[in-house]
Amino acid sequence: MSSQQVSLEHGEGGELSHKLLREVFVSRFGHAEESKWDAARLAVPEGRIALTTDTFTLQPLFVNGCNIGKLAVAGTVNDLTVSGAVPRYLTAGFVIEEGFPVRDLVTIVDAMAAEAQKSGVRIVAGDTKIVKRGTIGGVIINTAGVGVIPPEFDLHPEAMREGDAVIVSGPIGDHAVAVLAARGELGVMTDLPSDCTSLYPMIRRVRETGAAIRFMRDPTRGGLATALVEIAEDFGAEIEIEQEAVPIRPEVEGVCEILGYDPLYFASEGKAVLIVAEADAPRVLQALRETEEGKEAAVIGRIVGRGEGKVLLKSALGSRRRVLRLQGMQLPRIC
Amino acid sequence: MCVGVPGKVIERDEYTAIVEVMGSRMKVGIILVPDVQVGDYVLVHAGKALQIVDEEYARASVEAWALIGELREQGVLEESDR
Amino acid sequence: MDTAVRSPLAAALAQTKDPVLARRLLDRVKDLAERFIARHGRPAAIMEVCGSHTHALAETGVKDALRGAVRLISGPGCPVCVTDQAEIDAMIALAEGQGRIIATFGDMLRVPGSRGSLMKAKVEKGADVRVVYSPSDAVRIAAEHPDREVIFLGVGFETTIPILAAAVAEAEALGLRNFSLWMSTNLVEPVMRHLLESGEVRIDGFLLPGHVATVIGRQGFLFLAEEYRKPGVIAGFEVNELLSSLYLLLELLLAGRAEVLNNYPSVVREDGNPAARRLMERYFVPVDQPWREMGIIPQSGMDFREAYARFDAKRKFPVRVGKPKPTACRCGEVIRGLIEPDACPLFGRACTPEHAIGPCMVSSEGACAAHYKYLRA
Repeated sequence: MSSQQVSLEHGEGGELSHKLLREVFVSRFGHAEESKWDAARLAVPEGRIALTTDTFTLQPLFVNGCNIGKLAVAGTVNDLTVSGAVPRYLTAGFVIEEGFPVRDLVTIVDAMAAEAQKSGVRIVAGDTKIVKRGTIGGVIINTAGVGVIPPEFDLHPEAMREGDAVIVSGPIGDHAVAVLAARGELGVMTDLPSDCTSLYPMIRRVRETGAAIRFMRDPTRGGLATALVEIAEDFGAEIEIEQEAVPIRPEVEGVCEILGYDPLYFASEGKAVLIVAEADAPRVLQALRETEEGKEAAVIGRIVGRGEGKVLLKSALGSRRRVLRLQGMQLPRIC
Repeated sequence: MCVGVPGKVIERDEYTAIVEVMGSRMKVGIILVPDVQVGDYVLVHAGKALQIVDEEYARASVEAWALIGELREQGVLEESDR
Repeated sequence: MDTAVRSPLAAALAQTKDPVLARRLLDRVKDLAERFIARHGRPAAIMEVCGSHTHALAETGVKDALRGAVRLISGPGCPVCVTDQAEIDAMIALAEGQGRIIATFGDMLRVPGSRGSLMKAKVEKGADVRVVYSPSDAVRIAAEHPDREVIFLGVGFETTIPILAAAVAEAEALGLRNFSLWMSTNLVEPVMRHLLESGEVRIDGFLLPGHVATVIGRQGFLFLAEEYRKPGVIAGFEVNELLSSLYLLLELLLAGRAEVLNNYPSVVREDGNPAARRLMERYFVPVDQPWREMGIIPQSGMDFREAYARFDAKRKFPVRVGKPKPTACRCGEVIRGLIEPDACPLFGRACTPEHAIGPCMVSSEGACAAHYKYLRA
């Protein structure tokens, strides 16, 4: 593209807008046909659909193992995936600051196209708005997603019962630590990349086993603790987690020890929590472990009862404590 | 009172050192441990190395605790041994 | 981790958290605890002076596992919990002053004042309050903003005071005129003496704060045995450091020996860290310090020497606050070990971590927060 930076003129709907659309977006998302209409016109698939939207802000925009584009696609694909859907279509809305380097925009859009391809998802509609410099930290992306819930495969949280296994698909907190390090504010350095990735290819393997999956959630903001508390409360389940069984990378533990953080509240962007019928847990675990993303999957606990929803963490000494939602935000502490 | 964590010194200059804690790193001040060497472990609190960790004592402590743990009646197989 | 080649020291450090060893040590501690009960007809009353111990005992499950076997009493070792309410109110008023940057440890942000908190001052009044990991980060902020006054809220015990001194040394070396410290620090020996002399609570022995001891040494705690005939064990913060220390303390109690043992010798020397003490004594002198609901305890805090008054935020920015608003909060009794957190009528009802009335519910090492988070299952 001829311009080096995005300008307010790119948002005026004229020739420059057209060029930005053609050269940056349409060529990469491959939605030339759909873009001739004001809305993408799509065949209605059989079964129910799942629909979700999410707006992504990431500071900095480029993190080891992740950029805002990759995150925006993976995040929405993952929300569809853990809702039991096969992700099909995404839309992408961009708010871009004047002066934003086109080169960086291209990198972001390339990452989106590549991430969408992993799950066989098409980005079929988009929008671009340009705002004044210094107002939004570069770029903000909204993605909405449509997925199909096949009738023969659905989640059944109502069937959750004592003995069901709680599985996490890999070590938690990598994304939060990679972002913390990239921000440089608290002086923490690490080579650990973000775990940001689309979960659909991995979950597809799990679905192929035919295992009875009660429920899935991706432990993003608020971390594993929050995801579990929400499941427990929403479905009236008592969940017991074995502290020692929760996979955490040493680099994440190191950062937590330095700053006094709790890794249970650290976001992951490429992990799933699965509640699975007791008898099916071994084959789900095996299917997960056969994938690159899930090779460190582990059973971390069980459903121990129904009723008042709560999460208990069992320590190595056998004592139990209640896990709560994150109170406010995590702050580095000396005490 | 005070969160403190042991980390290994992997670089040092006059006033600061890079300390590795389980694979993540942090720059810390070494004004309180002027004799610290690369390879030493230090206890870090609020961005400063507070003390050099003594290897001999650390090992001796662990051995002493293991002895306490073994004071159980002989011949009783513990859960963790099975 | 299991397959990686580790140095002997790294292996020893890993052992401090080893769950198999922890389960064995727990059994041994219970054995001794039962012998104490058999002999005295009640569990041993052990005070952990340090707030990080309070947090660690709860988080590792040690406190819960020893329920009924040992009475673990949380002491006055959480810096934000022991800070006098008028001081907290002054810090919040300070933050509301125009053009200032207030830098603070994260611990202080949500501590409730008589009206609002630092967090509220930031959100509602636009105060520039920045959470930093180290006081030195505040010095860097001051260097980057020569046109702004940067004030660091200097709370902490002997572990942290040398680090506050190091920040002043850095500001001095850089010739900064816009950096100052609001000193509200606490010393452990005077408050322990105060507790023992008040006789308000029965304490058989002390789990002593390992990180304070890295600075003041084992020698800094000998007064306990020599003057008060109380045993104490200097302890680290990992599960096996806690359990082995409790074991050693119960051994001392059963043998009737008033001694101070160092069970954290990897970082605690007999004379502590003289370089750290020299640095803090270069800038600060002991002063009479007000403690939450304990009044002024003589020579129990540190403040600037006259020669360094230019770094003293209290002199640069005099703040007037009224008498703190009284509440039904019983933090003052909690930090002296007089009551358990749930004996407070507010606990878990009006006062939760989300809507804290007192600092003990806010600070992650406050006894109320630890009780709420870890011991309510």
